[in-house]
Amino acid sequence: MMKLSPDTSRRGFLTLVAAAALLAGCKPSGGSGSGGDTAGGAASTIVVGEFASLTGTEATFGKSSHEGTLLAIEELNKAGGVLGKQFNLITEDNRSTAGESVTIVKKFISRDHVVAVLGEVASGRSMEAAPVCQTAGIPMISPSSTNPKVTEIGDYIFRVCFIDPFQGKLLADFAAKTLKAKKVALLSDVSSAYSDGLGRFFREGFTAGGGEIISEQKYTSKDKDFKAQLTAIKAASPDAIFVPGYYTEAGLIVAQARQLGIMVPIFGGDGWEAPELIQIAGADALANTYYSTHYSPESSDARVQTFVKAFQARFGGETPDAMAALGYDSAMVLADAMKRAGTTDGAKVRDALAATKDYPCVTGKTTLDSARNASKAAVIITVKDGKFKYLETIQP
Amino acid sequence: MTELLQQLINGLSLGAIYALIALGYTMVYGVLRFINFAHSDVFMIGSYVGFYLAPKLGAGSVPGGLAVLFAAMAACALLGVIIEKLAYRPLRNRSTLTVLITAIGVSLLLQNGGQKLFGPNPRAFPKLFPETQLHFGELTVSSNQLIVLAVSVFLLVMLWWIVHRTRIGTAMRALSFNATAASLVGINNDAVISFTFALGSALAGAGGILYAMNYPSIDPLMGTLPGLKAFVAAVLGGIGNLPGAALGGLLIGLVETFISGTRASTFRDAIAFAILILILLFRPAGLLGKMRVEKV
Repeated sequence: MMKLSPDTSRRGFLTLVAAAALLAGCKPSGGSGSGGDTAGGAASTIVVGEFASLTGTEATFGKSSHEGTLLAIEELNKAGGVLGKQFNLITEDNRSTAGESVTIVKKFISRDHVVAVLGEVASGRSMEAAPVCQTAGIPMISPSSTNPKVTEIGDYIFRVCFIDPFQGKLLADFAAKTLKAKKVALLSDVSSAYSDGLGRFFREGFTAGGGEIISEQKYTSKDKDFKAQLTAIKAASPDAIFVPGYYTEAGLIVAQARQLGIMVPIFGGDGWEAPELIQIAGADALANTYYSTHYSPESSDARVQTFVKAFQARFGGETPDAMAALGYDSAMVLADAMKRAGTTDGAKVRDALAATKDYPCVTGKTTLDSARNASKAAVIITVKDGKFKYLETIQP
Repeated sequence: MTELLQQLINGLSLGAIYALIALGYTMVYGVLRFINFAHSDVFMIGSYVGFYLAPKLGAGSVPGGLAVLFAAMAACALLGVIIEKLAYRPLRNRSTLTVLITAIGVSLLLQNGGQKLFGPNPRAFPKLFPETQLHFGELTVSSNQLIVLAVSVFLLVMLWWIVHRTRIGTAMRALSFNATAASLVGINNDAVISFTFALGSALAGAGGILYAMNYPSIDPLMGTLPGLKAFVAAVLGGIGNLPGAALGGLLIGLVETFISGTRASTFRDAIAFAILILILLFRPAGLLGKMRVEKV
């Protein structure tokens, strides 16, 4: 790169200027990096960028989501692709760390010339990448970021999962009706946009329904010791404890709560869903725990069963979790929008995405509303004898 | 009242682990006058040794658990000696700063090598000892907490005995007073330094096992934060001073736990470090450290 002759670099610069001029016609282009054949449709494949947390603390989610997306792309390509072209999925790992996603998405846009971006599970990291896609006019679909702020960033940002206000309210109803709890303690992760938001929406829903948040404690992601917070919670003797965090910490929290003799129900959101939860907390400690999520592989829906079988055949018998299902859905919704738009042009795909209505996703019928959020059903899962069990479905 | 006692127990079992790690920092500082930043990663390696050996040594019973603990300590002792021999010994007569930077390099090597070797994702640590909960009225003590306290106290007493009642311990103290004079009276400095690293690293290995037992999710970067806290504990107690490191560890553990249990829980680390700054303002040599005039 350093040894570019003056001549080549000038040519490169000219191409960039030309591309920028082309783009300037339809959209304000994002900085120096954007350009190439994104809008032209000259490429022989449809290049889609996916950023995911394939390693690090949320690796389980990232890997599941990525496998779902990969399966969808492979199925689409086998069926002949879209608009007569094959998909080319480029995946980059952000190692579950802050700051990486921006770099990755900038690279997607400026070097790989992607026409759309898929990602991420964690709301915080989706929010990092979204402004880059928005300025470049590249549609971005988050498979499973549930914090409302993600799609508020701009009209090019979509998601195929429900959002935290819905999930928080649903969990508040669940605590009041199914668990019959009146006093709930809240233990949330201050360093995570997801956890903080879900905790807030739960509190609003629960107190509006006449419940009381009796103790409110905080922790920071990567903490290992929660005994101090749990001891304070124990002293307040709540009917249930709400832990809107991710599985790494939630597993330790459940285990330590049981060690301190706190036997009340503990429940959380979709951040709990990972087999590691059971390994970390232990099957015994997880008795009487619940979480809400996007789908259950136990569902009798034919679409779900076809997906589960295809996934198991592709990935060595592994049962797909909600993240895998949403990863799959995000790619399918994108392909559907491109089909309806008849082009891969950013602005037209965006309009088609916004018009998505009752698309039959694996995670239920999905309509993208005016705020570009999916409106769909949720399920409650409980843990019994070290296995995840379907409890009930809640419609929006 | 019960809550206070419960927090005291929580804080003591966390502080005991910090104390074990802090002792390693302080011992190396005592003989070589530099901070071994790779120490916190030896702690991490200790957990991983436990992770891989637990199924082979029959963890889940008392003898099995102890076997894993000793195996991890032995492996870490060996690792400590190797690190000293390969990385620090060639720099013995260079400035302390050179060694310090090398220590940071070794730390990065272990962290990133660990990510390559063990995989970067958090793993669930297996159960080493049979677990029960003991109830005293409202108070709950887990058997793991008791094991942490018992093992820590035992190791501290052993360490005190080695340093004060054995020939090698006497040699260590002599070396720490004056290295040149020690070699003049026939002490093999290299052997004593190797032994110091073995001892300190074995304690870090024990700390790694005890930490992972209580917080059973381990990853290659897990050493950083406890290592930093233990370093602070060593400075707080007076670096180079063994009882000081133990006291500092317990103090940091207690302060952290008590703050975590209040509304200010998010300021936990900030308050813990603010206390450190305050103590060092009034007692620059640490709680039990002696002021020493730097020779020019």
